[in-house]
Amino acid sequence: MNRELKSVGKGVRKKDAMQLLLGKPAYVQDVTPADCLVVRVLRSPHAHAVIESISCDIARKVPGVTAIYTWEDVPQKRFTMAGQTYPEPSPYDRLILDRRVRFAGDAVAIVAAETEEAAEKALRLIKVTYDVQPAVLDFHNALDNPVLVHPEDSWKALCDVGADNRRNLCAQGTESDGDVDAVMADCDICFTRTFHTRAVHQAMMETFRTYTEIDHYGRLHVVSSTQIVFHARRILAHALDIPKSKIHVEKPRIGGGFGAKQTLVAEIYPAFVTWKTGRAARMIYSRKECQTAGSPRHEMEVTVKIGADKSGKIRALDVHTLSNTGAYGEHGPTTVGLSGHKSIPLYTGSLEAFRFGYDVVYTNVQSAGAYRGYGATQGIYAVESVVNELAGMLDMDPVQIRLQNMVREGQIMPAYYNEPASACALDRCMLRCAEAFGWAEKYPVRRTPDGKIRSAGVAMAMQGSGISGVDVGSAAVKLNDDGFYVLRIGAADMGTGCDTILAQMTAECMDCSVDDVIVFGADSDASPYDSGSYASSTTYVTGRAVEKACLELKEKICTVAAEMLDCPAAELVFDGREVRRADNTASVSLEDIATKSMCGNTVALEAVSSHSSPTSPPPFMVGMAEIELDPETGTVEVLDYTAVVDCGTVVNPNLAKIQTEGGLVQGIGMTLTENIQYHENGHMTENSFLQYKIPTRLETGRLHVEFMPSYEESGPFGAKSIGEIVINTPAPAIVHALYRATGNWYRELPILPERLALDLAEKDGGR
Amino acid sequence: MEITILLNGKKRTAEVRADTVLFDLLRDLGCASVKCGCETSACGLCTVLLDDKPVLSCSVLAVRADGRKVDTLEGLQDEASAFVGFIADQGAEQCGFCNPGFVMNTIALLRENPDPTDDEIRQYLAGNLCRCSGYEGQTRGIRAFLNAKKEGRL
Amino acid sequence: MLTIDKYLRPSTLEEAYEAAQKKNSVVLGGMLWLRLANKRVSTAIDLSALGLEYVTEDEDFWHIGAYTTLRTLETHEALNNMTGNLFRDALKAIVGVQFRNLATAGGSVFGRFGFSDVVTALLALDASVVLYKTGALSLEDFCRMGKVNDILTEIRIPKTPVHTAYFAQRNTATDFPVLNVCAAEKKETITIVVGARPLGGTVYRFSAAETAENMAERIAGDAVFTGNTRASAEYRRHLCRVLVKRAVDEIMAEREGI
Repeated sequence: MNRELKSVGKGVRKKDAMQLLLGKPAYVQDVTPADCLVVRVLRSPHAHAVIESISCDIARKVPGVTAIYTWEDVPQKRFTMAGQTYPEPSPYDRLILDRRVRFAGDAVAIVAAETEEAAEKALRLIKVTYDVQPAVLDFHNALDNPVLVHPEDSWKALCDVGADNRRNLCAQGTESDGDVDAVMADCDICFTRTFHTRAVHQAMMETFRTYTEIDHYGRLHVVSSTQIVFHARRILAHALDIPKSKIHVEKPRIGGGFGAKQTLVAEIYPAFVTWKTGRAARMIYSRKECQTAGSPRHEMEVTVKIGADKSGKIRALDVHTLSNTGAYGEHGPTTVGLSGHKSIPLYTGSLEAFRFGYDVVYTNVQSAGAYRGYGATQGIYAVESVVNELAGMLDMDPVQIRLQNMVREGQIMPAYYNEPASACALDRCMLRCAEAFGWAEKYPVRRTPDGKIRSAGVAMAMQGSGISGVDVGSAAVKLNDDGFYVLRIGAADMGTGCDTILAQMTAECMDCSVDDVIVFGADSDASPYDSGSYASSTTYVTGRAVEKACLELKEKICTVAAEMLDCPAAELVFDGREVRRADNTASVSLEDIATKSMCGNTVALEAVSSHSSPTSPPPFMVGMAEIELDPETGTVEVLDYTAVVDCGTVVNPNLAKIQTEGGLVQGIGMTLTENIQYHENGHMTENSFLQYKIPTRLETGRLHVEFMPSYEESGPFGAKSIGEIVINTPAPAIVHALYRATGNWYRELPILPERLALDLAEKDGGR
Repeated sequence: MEITILLNGKKRTAEVRADTVLFDLLRDLGCASVKCGCETSACGLCTVLLDDKPVLSCSVLAVRADGRKVDTLEGLQDEASAFVGFIADQGAEQCGFCNPGFVMNTIALLRENPDPTDDEIRQYLAGNLCRCSGYEGQTRGIRAFLNAKKEGRL
Repeated sequence: MLTIDKYLRPSTLEEAYEAAQKKNSVVLGGMLWLRLANKRVSTAIDLSALGLEYVTEDEDFWHIGAYTTLRTLETHEALNNMTGNLFRDALKAIVGVQFRNLATAGGSVFGRFGFSDVVTALLALDASVVLYKTGALSLEDFCRMGKVNDILTEIRIPKTPVHTAYFAQRNTATDFPVLNVCAAEKKETITIVVGARPLGGTVYRFSAAETAENMAERIAGDAVFTGNTRASAEYRRHLCRVLVKRAVDEIMAEREGI
């Protein structure tokens, strides 16, 4: 595409920016009435138990308590809360309330009351007798453990993901290309390493929250902070066992998601209350609930075996992932796939064979879910660390070993469903990153005058752009009075700016200003169908739908203009402001066409298009970290983090940059500060922001982000995705730098100062 | 008990309990900008000005605000408007949920220190968490505002 | 969930004291982490009408009213000048400005929290406290007392010029400290306080003639360290050696610089 772009590629302000910055009402709690029932959930104190008896008589007598529900009151059809395209790969293993509780924090009873105080009092007065069961807390021992997390016969898997609830198995699989064992046997160097990452939290600032009411048609109206209005409608229908036509889901502004809100964590409880009582209800998760009964990253143990030549040629990779889905299987079968599919293909350039196998197990800890990176983060940490270790063994520059082995544009990636690297600037990202970062100067380990150690590390990453052959993105574009457009979408802007970048694309297609495009979404009644905003799909998949819808709308505009100008539509040219005859003999303004469309007109000036892609073109990136380690205290300061990203065409450089910076800092948090620990009784320690330490602005270091665009033919204006990939490089790059500084490889996250200091003290002779 | 506060320049009288928290009172009085991100005085989202000083409204008993001056972002729209556009120009507002608390504390910073260095900005705003932006865009926005002010471009 | 039945803002200390003697009554400090407490308070006693927010000086002491905020101490120029910026250094990492505008000196000291940066710093300055009925006593003694029903009205810091050094190790910049160390030198005596072990500050005194290494070894060998979710006892002991030595080195360098 050679045409100069006017809107795409520009760093325009986010459409909602000023309203948000000025604190205008925009979120669930701001835009729904407060005089509704307060919904609270009584949560299990035990990691695994069966409810022997539950008495709510006294609690029900508390003034202001409207209803209390227990497992005896809910539909008995199992469902999944995972927001995925039907039939969901996640097993149907949930009830709204179950007699068996499977983690400390699992729902035991739902309380609806007129006030917070009444609800709180009722929660204290519910008497539950538990038959406490042995719990599976260590995911290494989960498979074939005599204790079953889901012994029930009504458990079912809709898709063949290798699941077996009688074995605590949520998914299992293996795939390969070439003879891995033979190639490994033939390699000069071959070694195996195992990496452990924890169930870190998205920690979006707005916790889960949902408002529900019965509307004037008698339908259940749900206003929720969700990334997935359409999946939410289906899941609620399954859970409540009512027709989908009875449910209407919309989202206002979302206070951050990062995948957390791709699972129906909160919606089901107020929805059930409203459906039963007919009363409006609202549930707002506390931070503690968000931390202990949310939808965090899957804890994973990734084992990588690598085979290489002395020359540094990486010939074989064998990756096995053990993933902990927790008490329920949300996103369990799918996240694990990315730990191999988004790590192994990075070395397509030289790989002769690969194998990727996995087990996903149930345990009695909080259910995992979707978090930015979705398994890729864990796999890339492992594979990239192994490659850095290989470089060290061979005394090779880790930048060079990557240039020697990395995937190049045009290559077919056997470990990525045989999809092509149709647009890939990874090599250029690496060269540019090394230059911008100053790799040659920073890679050598240096001592500062005050005894600190400075060192650097590198990693590269890929992700996808939507789920190939599955995700559907749609857009409806309508011409209105004065010639402005309304773009209706089902994708969910959760702060990322998708409303704005899709408006930029619309403006580009319709040759108008971004201000002439109004964006509406997402609403399950009014929006065209969209899978929702997850899997890095919105720019790439929904963006393409916008392009298609605009093309169609232009034809319709010309059809109406043809009537007005009394000539064949084929003779007309649309230039954004007017439609004119190609010979310039007559023209009609867009405004007049819009006016005409509202008077005696039979051609709807609106177009709806859907798009789905058979491929999921990966964005690529390189990250380099410079750290300063205080060897005595173990304090690590990230001094400089440079990232060069190939997300295809950069639709909005400002928003892409902020996405990248935000992702990097989340990655830094996962690597250095965000810990998850469980007590022996299955209670999680990090249940608040006092304990769960996300980075503050004093932990970020200097971030330097650049883009190195490739052009993806199948994407809108050549774009791929940006949202998820950006969290993947900090762990391996920082761990690499720490190896350079300490001589130790850190294969378990997070790396707190204590480990570094004590390891170094031991090396110094156990002082 | 009944208390009176000078909220955003207007006298407001409200009936509160001994344990009503200022945060809840302010939301009840229609100040939707005031957000809650934790329950542990750790996130800064609920920042308001109490007698012109930035405080965590989740950690102040409403009764202790009796007779005092409380400002929320609703009342400081002009002062905020002077600089938040520069943050919008970075795209650093992102989801927006932390913005009111962050903007309120930035107002307090700029009143106290009209010409802060980047490090002083980071230090003063350290108690304002943000999970979207990675913080640097917020700092760049404030820096761009300060530069514009110095260069007489405002 | 915290519930408070009655709120009282007494106009005399005697009234406050009497109210404080009742069961389940609480004297309010800064009231941080209000929502963390899961208890029922019969009477919450607010001392804000008693004029306890001040920093004054006379010939011998700085007088800090119990309701003085940490932010006031952190930004108090004269106080910081006299103490080698101790208050600025010790308090700046406590959560955030908005928090320190609420947290009070009296609340921090009265709570005697093991992790307290305030207590560690004040102990090193040989501070004393004034209790309404009990009168003045050293902070060190106050820290050893059990439950106190009296009302803390003031903190006093001797006006002797002092060289200080403050080091705290935190897992993140604004987290609770994993260990904090304050050293202060006056009249050839070095006072070293090690807090957040996670127990509160223990006070050690040395002659300025001793080496930093010796002081660090002695304290690390003597003090009690335990583990919690943030760090192990072993790491704390290790940090103690490192930070005590750094603190003493810094003081010595300062002394020589004068």
